[in-house]
Amino acid sequence: MEFGGIRALDAFDLQLRQGEIVALIGPNGAGKTTFFNCLTGLYRPTRGELLLTPPGGETRGLVGLKPNEITEQGLARTFQNIRLFPRMTVLENVMIGLHCRTRAGVLGAIFRGPATRKEEKETIAASLRLLSKTGLADLADEPARNLPYGAQRRLEIARALATDPLVLLLDEPAAGMNPQETLELDELICRLRDEGLSILLIEHDMKLVMSLSDHIFVMDYGRKIAEGSPVEVRRNPEVIKAYLGEEESDAPA
Amino acid sequence: MAAPNVRLTWGDTGRALLTSLWFVFLTFPFLAVKINPAEQTVLWRWPNLIHVAVTTFLLSLAACLYRQYREARLDRKTEDDLPVGHNPLHLLWTRPGVRLPLLAGASAIALVFPLLFSTYQTNIMITALLYVMLGLGLNIVVGVAGLLDLGYVAFYAVGAYSYALLNLHFGIGFWTALPLGALLAALFGILLGFPVLRLRGDYLAIVTLGFGEIIRLILENWNDFSHGPSGIANIPRPGFFGLDLSLEGSITYLYYLMLGLVLFTVFVVNRLQNSRIGRAWFALREDEIACQAMGIDKTRTKLTAFALGATWAGMAGVIFAAKTTFINPASFTFLESAIILCIVVLGGMGSIIGVILAALLLILLPEYLRPLADYRMLAFGTVLVAMMVFRPRGLISPVRRTYTVRGRTISDEPA
Ligand SMILES: Nc1ncnc2c1ncn2[C@@H]1O[C@H](COP(=O)(O)OP(=O)(O)OP(=O)(O)O)[C@@H](O)[C@H]1O
Ligand SMILES: [Mg+2]
Repeated sequence: MEFGGIRALDAFDLQLRQGEIVALIGPNGAGKTTFFNCLTGLYRPTRGELLLTPPGGETRGLVGLKPNEITEQGLARTFQNIRLFPRMTVLENVMIGLHCRTRAGVLGAIFRGPATRKEEKETIAASLRLLSKTGLADLADEPARNLPYGAQRRLEIARALATDPLVLLLDEPAAGMNPQETLELDELICRLRDEGLSILLIEHDMKLVMSLSDHIFVMDYGRKIAEGSPVEVRRNPEVIKAYLGEEESDAPA
Repeated sequence: MAAPNVRLTWGDTGRALLTSLWFVFLTFPFLAVKINPAEQTVLWRWPNLIHVAVTTFLLSLAACLYRQYREARLDRKTEDDLPVGHNPLHLLWTRPGVRLPLLAGASAIALVFPLLFSTYQTNIMITALLYVMLGLGLNIVVGVAGLLDLGYVAFYAVGAYSYALLNLHFGIGFWTALPLGALLAALFGILLGFPVLRLRGDYLAIVTLGFGEIIRLILENWNDFSHGPSGIANIPRPGFFGLDLSLEGSITYLYYLMLGLVLFTVFVVNRLQNSRIGRAWFALREDEIACQAMGIDKTRTKLTAFALGATWAGMAGVIFAAKTTFINPASFTFLESAIILCIVVLGGMGSIIGVILAALLLILLPEYLRPLADYRMLAFGTVLVAMMVFRPRGLISPVRRTYTVRGRTISDEPA
């Protein structure tokens, strides 16, 4: 992926298996968010491939699809700088996530036949279930912009889950959260993994990353500088150098 | 409530003085100078300028006081942060004991209107209802989906000319032309939609503006097709089971027809807004990128909004042609688009009842201001500016529908 003369991503590769939590870490400006944008179709990579094999399905290439098509194929994401629909209610935000799994069209909306009514009911019920799961059920009718920061982050996750993804991409979900909220997030992510979701996580909170991840990829200047289990990555001199500069120092805290 | 701290400083006075001088300067050419071309003399009307200066000075002082009062009361919150209930009109509308009687009263008046008032008044009301329909249509595009369309009048023209030309060449009647005009307008909506899909905000506004003008210029210059600036005359009024109606009768008939169509429009627009599609439109207006990342097809959603908005303009166009029995391109200038857009903005972007109120106000006000003669448009402009100062988010703020009561779903019919 290149921006003008800048090569923001260079020969970076990563694999993720079902039910796995993989973390992507790296210093600011390393290209992590850019990598997410390539995966989700917001940017089209100059070169490269993105393959998705659904359980019991065939492998498909996703490069070149539109963002909404990629979401339909099973990749859902959250944003580093929260992008909710601020003036819609919390419930409606999640209902938007279900848009690509429902069918009602213009005629359905106007005549509101039994099929449309049923679908709408199911949409509401499914959204409420997701809100309970993320601990937001009490706030369902609140406009999203009125939510505290931590709740907004959780709502973004709920909205992404509503698209019924195979892979969940989280871009710094713990940014700006207090320790209590981070703990809850930790539990939520674990629960999602146990349900069989694959999770790709960008995060600067090393405690969270080390405790959650099965595998860690480290990126700097758009290149992969290390990969491995949390213990391996923590000991890797390249990683220590990238994070802390040249001096002798302890592993990143 | 303690009286908020309101005080006039010298700075405020100075600003008011500057404002009044600025007004004097602006109005100088047409209020102070009067040229008599026949006698080649110039008449200087200095007292006029003094009136302007004093009035604007006092008005701007008053405005300043009001602003301070508001800021003191609201503690510098913007209207955006306030609960919706702060809007007095909205408060009135949502109070349970008020809404029903208000609606009942309004429908009663609407039902007997042609019996109580003269044909002239009924005719004005038909025009107002026509604009309600146009406003509700544009509301889908601008108010709900957030696509600033300045060329909406083009679809109105497509509808009107569809009926006029189909009738002229094939003798097609009103009731057949109504759906055909709507369909043709929808096609044009999609036609315009495709090239502008990538554009946002200002760029979209400019391109749609251009589109509106192109349609008008084509109608004006393609004589063989549209009869050019001289227009098309003798368009039949809507038929009533083959009966020949008197002029008065046909106007009354048209009134009830219009009333029915407005109700139909309200019904459809309300259902659309509270549907899967409506939610997608609203989300698109809120954040396009998040929308796509959540699996919403941007292209398709925008095109539906354009097409549906255009459909209503097309229908309104057919009715307009039938009502005036004569159309020419001069009826479809940018000013029309601007008025319809005004209705949507003034009504409160996305609020159905707001759009209806605004349409009635904007169309009826200039009519009933006629006694003011020369100052009619000035008074009209003042009212508009005042409304935008005091209610920058429109008459009625749209409220998002809620689906739950403390986590439990309520029935799926909107309240
Ligand atoms: N749209 C863009 N146009 C030009 N350059 C960009 C664009 N987006 C990102 N970049 C550049 O690409 C590089 C990688 O940015 P990216 O946002 O992916 O970093 P990041 O790893 O997510 O950092 P952070 O930890 O701060 O979120 C940066 O140098 C950035 O300036
Ligand atoms: Mg980033």
